[in-house]
Amino acid sequence: MENNTVISVKGLEKRFKDNAVLKGVSIDINKGDVVCVIGASGSGKSTFLRCLNLLETPTGGSIFFEGEDLTDKKVDLDLHRQKMGMVFQQFNLFPHMTILENLTCAPIMLKKISKEQAEKKANELLARVGLADRADSYPNQLSGGQKQRVAIVRALCMEPEVMLFDEPTSALDPEMVGEVLDVMRELAKEGMTMIVVTHEMGFAREVSNRVIFLDDGVIAEEGAPAELFGNPKCERLKTFLSKVL
Amino acid sequence: MNAWLDKLYKTFIVDDNYMMLVKGLGNTLLITLCALLIGIVIGSVIAIAKYYAEGNKKLKIVNVVCDIYTTAIRGIPVTVLLMIFYFVIIVSDTTGITTAIIAFGINSGAYMAELIRSGINAVDNGQMEAARSLGMSKGQAMRKIIFPQAIKNILPAIGNECIALLKETSVAGYVTVVDLTRAANLIRTNTNDAVNPLILLALVYLFLVVIMTKLLNIFERRLRKSDGR
Repeated sequence: MENNTVISVKGLEKRFKDNAVLKGVSIDINKGDVVCVIGASGSGKSTFLRCLNLLETPTGGSIFFEGEDLTDKKVDLDLHRQKMGMVFQQFNLFPHMTILENLTCAPIMLKKISKEQAEKKANELLARVGLADRADSYPNQLSGGQKQRVAIVRALCMEPEVMLFDEPTSALDPEMVGEVLDVMRELAKEGMTMIVVTHEMGFAREVSNRVIFLDDGVIAEEGAPAELFGNPKCERLKTFLSKVL
Repeated sequence: MNAWLDKLYKTFIVDDNYMMLVKGLGNTLLITLCALLIGIVIGSVIAIAKYYAEGNKKLKIVNVVCDIYTTAIRGIPVTVLLMIFYFVIIVSDTTGITTAIIAFGINSGAYMAELIRSGINAVDNGQMEAARSLGMSKGQAMRKIIFPQAIKNILPAIGNECIALLKETSVAGYVTVVDLTRAANLIRTNTNDAVNPLILLALVYLFLVVIMTKLLNIFERRLRKSDGR
């Protein structure tokens, strides 16, 4: 394994009862990669992403994160999850906490840093996504785009090595998609390793350095975005692209 | 009018009968409050235990024990439970207050457990996922994220349970506790005046319930702050 491989997925399988969703997915993700995962709904994209931090337990294969096999029962999963930020389609902010509490609760509890330190960091990051004045609001007082930006900051406050995005813009009104993608674009520019399940082909083409096309539980095609979008080889990808572009 | 006042005087003031009511009220409130606390503690423990035990084969026994408790308690009238505790289990308790607290607490615990469990189940799954994705353990996520939201969801139902509990304690007299109801009843037998003590008794309960409802509304509104507008 190369030294700059952050996540290495080997033969990942996931089945729900009789329904095989992932049928052997293997991929290495390197430091600084921005990988977009595309595919039709039901192709297993979200399941793939959720398997990476074991929100879904894989039924086969291994996931190596920084050299350790997360599917090994003896591994301290909580510790590894701290280094894998995740952003959800439905934001999943904690509604009973203010924005600032949302951002600081996990760092204070898990990283044992002081409240002041956590708040300082949270406020800095909030300012960077343009929400400095919302620290004391509650999630329900925010628009969808603002919520998703807060959700990204919440994950960043744990200083993760990798960020996982599960269709981060799919639940947003069209006019709010841009503000979230801007934040993600910034993040990519700073060299964050990102894996993004998305329907935003424009974003995938422009920001990612690798795109994988999942179809029927396997990686049907993989490549640089220019190559994959400009010159798709497999028939399913051609059909898929003709529908979404 | 004067005759009525005279009667009131004879019923409540002579022999300091009103003091019995005051003490009875104190006992009723004491039993309700302590039983409520016990109920919330038992209910939370059981609800959380069941949450963990669900889908974990090793903990199946926990699930079974919890189910037996809730089924048994919900199937036995609280009066019967109270008498079993007083006459069979804790025979050394003379005033009956401790027994009443324990019996009502255990009774209320079964209802609380079901309530809290429904509250926990009503919290969106994404909340647990988000907490776990940040690296919290299941227990940390439960304590900081899920449980506070669950309690908020079921607060109106807990309020109803408090009110029901307050009224249920009126059977404490079965085990010699001089609670509000028994005090009023004693005054009735001592003074041969049935109307005034019983009407007053009803009014006091009504007043207590109205106060509790008001307090609960205030509390709820404060919690609701985070819902925004």
